[in-house]
Amino acid sequence: MKNWRKHLGVILPILVVVGLAIWPTLVDSISVREKAFTILKAVALASSLNILLGYTGYVSFGHIVFYGFGGYVGLYFLNEQGWSIWASLLIAGISAGLLAFLLGKAILRLRGGYFALATIGVNEAMKALINNLDIFGGPVGMTLNFKIYKTYGGAAEALNMAFYIMAGLALASVILSYLVRVSKFGLGLLAIRENEDAAEVMGVVAPDAKTWAYVLSAIIPGMVGMLFFFKNGNVEPHVAFPLHASIELLVMVMLGGQGTVLGPILGAFAYQGMRGYLVTSDFFKDIQLSVSGAILLIIVLFIPAGAVGWLRHRFAPLRRVLP
Amino acid sequence: MTSLLSVEGVTKRFGGLQALTQITFDLPEGQIMGLIGPNGAGKTTLFNCINGVYAPEEGRVLFHGEDVTGSKTYKMAKRGLARTHQIVQPLEELTVRENVVVGACFGRENHSLSSASEIADEVMEFVGLNARVDQLAASLNVAQKKRLEMARALAARPYLLLLDEVLAGLNPSEISGMVEIVKKIRDRGVTIIMIEHVMKAVMNVSDRMIVLDYGQQIAEGTPEEIVNNPQVIEAYLGDPELAKRLMGDD
Repeated sequence: MKNWRKHLGVILPILVVVGLAIWPTLVDSISVREKAFTILKAVALASSLNILLGYTGYVSFGHIVFYGFGGYVGLYFLNEQGWSIWASLLIAGISAGLLAFLLGKAILRLRGGYFALATIGVNEAMKALINNLDIFGGPVGMTLNFKIYKTYGGAAEALNMAFYIMAGLALASVILSYLVRVSKFGLGLLAIRENEDAAEVMGVVAPDAKTWAYVLSAIIPGMVGMLFFFKNGNVEPHVAFPLHASIELLVMVMLGGQGTVLGPILGAFAYQGMRGYLVTSDFFKDIQLSVSGAILLIIVLFIPAGAVGWLRHRFAPLRRVLP
Repeated sequence: MTSLLSVEGVTKRFGGLQALTQITFDLPEGQIMGLIGPNGAGKTTLFNCINGVYAPEEGRVLFHGEDVTGSKTYKMAKRGLARTHQIVQPLEELTVRENVVVGACFGRENHSLSSASEIADEVMEFVGLNARVDQLAASLNVAQKKRLEMARALAARPYLLLLDEVLAGLNPSEISGMVEIVKKIRDRGVTIIMIEHVMKAVMNVSDRMIVLDYGQQIAEGTPEEIVNNPQVIEAYLGDPELAKRLMGDD
C-alpha cells in the first residue's frame, strides 16, 4: 500500500496511455485507431525529448534526427537483410542511441543556444548524408517489400500490430521518463538544468550525465521512426528528417510542462488534437505551423513552466502527485 | 603533522592581470585557516584554483598528498572537497531538501537517494533550515541561501570545506549563529578554509591566517601575528588601533 502511494505520480500517465491503446478497440474504428496512433507516437517522442529538454535543460531543436536515423537503419535491416520486426526495432533503438552517444561527446559541451543550433545542423547534415547514401536508396528512399506484411498476417493485421507496438513504445517512454525523474541520475540532471557549474562543484559528473540523458532521449524515437516507416511502407529523406516536426515536439513538451512526467503527455494530446482541427479547417490549413509558432511564443513569454508546471507552482500539494 | 592540503607556488593570470603570484601554504588536518585581504586580492581565485574551477598556470595543489592540480570540480568533490559560493548558487527550482540531497548523493560518500535523504535531514537540522525543507530554494532569503550553501557542502561529508564569505550580508545575531556552526563543523573533524571580511569573527575562529594583497601572499601566521604585522595593517586593516580592538575581548 505504501509503495503504491509512493508511485502515485506515474499512475495517471500510464492510465492515459493505456486508455489511448484500448480506445480504438472499444469503439471498433480504424480512423480512431489512426488518430490514437498519431497521439501515441507524439507521446513517445515528446516524453523522450523531455528527458533532455525538461530534466537536463538542453534544448534539442533537431531531435527528429534520431527518429529518422533509427528508422532508416531499422527499416534497412527489416527490408534488405530480412530481420524480424523485433530485431529491427532493437537495432533502430540501438543505432539512435549510439548516434546520440557520439553526438553527445561532440556537442554537449556547448551550452544554451549554441547547443540548440548545433542540433539543427546535425539534423540537416544527416538528411544530406542519407540523401547521398546508396544503400539507403539515396533521394528516393526505401520502399517496404509488401511481402513482409504477410509474415505478420497480412497488411491489415500488420497495421494493427504496429498500433499496439506503438502503444508499447509510448508506455515504455512514459515509464522511462518517470524512472529517470525519481532516480538519483535524474536528480543529477535536474541539478545540471538549474546550474551546471554548481552541480559539478557538488560532484555531479555533468559530461557523463548529459551524454546518458541524450542517449536515453534518443533510443525510443529511433524505434518510433522504424515503426512509423514500417507502417507507412516507405521512407524518404525529407519524410525522415522534417525540421518542423522537431519544433512541434518542443511545442508539445513546453505546452504540457517541461520537466514533469505528465506534461509532455498532455502536451502531445493537446497539440495533436489542435493540429487535427487546424489541418482540416479551411482557414488554418495552410498556416497551421504559424499557429504552433505563436503558441510556442506565448508559452515561453507567459507560462514558461507549461500547464503542469503552472499547476505545480500554484498548488504546492500537487507536487507530490505530479512529479 | 600530516597536511591535508598543500598549495605550492600557485600562480594564476587572467590575460595581463596577475591574479595570484606564487601562493604557498600547508594546511594541517583539523584546522581552520582564515583567508583575508582587500577586495580583488585573489581570495576567491585561490579557491577556484584549489577546487578545479581554474587550472593554475604554475604551481601544484596537493590533496591528501596527491597532485590534483587542475582536476575537474566534480573529481575534487568526490575526493572530499566541498565549497560554498560567495555569490550563492542555489538550484532554484528544486526544494531545499533536494538541494541538500544533491550534495549528499554526489559528494564524497556517493549515497543512494534514501540514505542521502537521511543525511539531508540531519544537516538541515544542524544549520537550522529544518523549517523550510519543502520550500523552493528560490524562495529563501540571502541568509537562508547561505545556510543552504553550507548545508549542501556539509551533506557531501567533505574532508576539506572552503567557505567563501558565508558571513557577508548577515546581521550580528546571524553572524554569531553561523560562527557557532563553523566551530561545530571543525569539532567534527572537518578542515576549513574561510574567506571572510568580518574580521572579528574570522580572527576568533581561525587557527592560522593568510593575507593576500594584489595576488601576493603578504603574511601568514596566527591571528595575533597577523594583526600586529605592519604590512597587513598598511594593506588591509588600515589602523593599528583597530587591529588591537579586533584582538581585544571588546
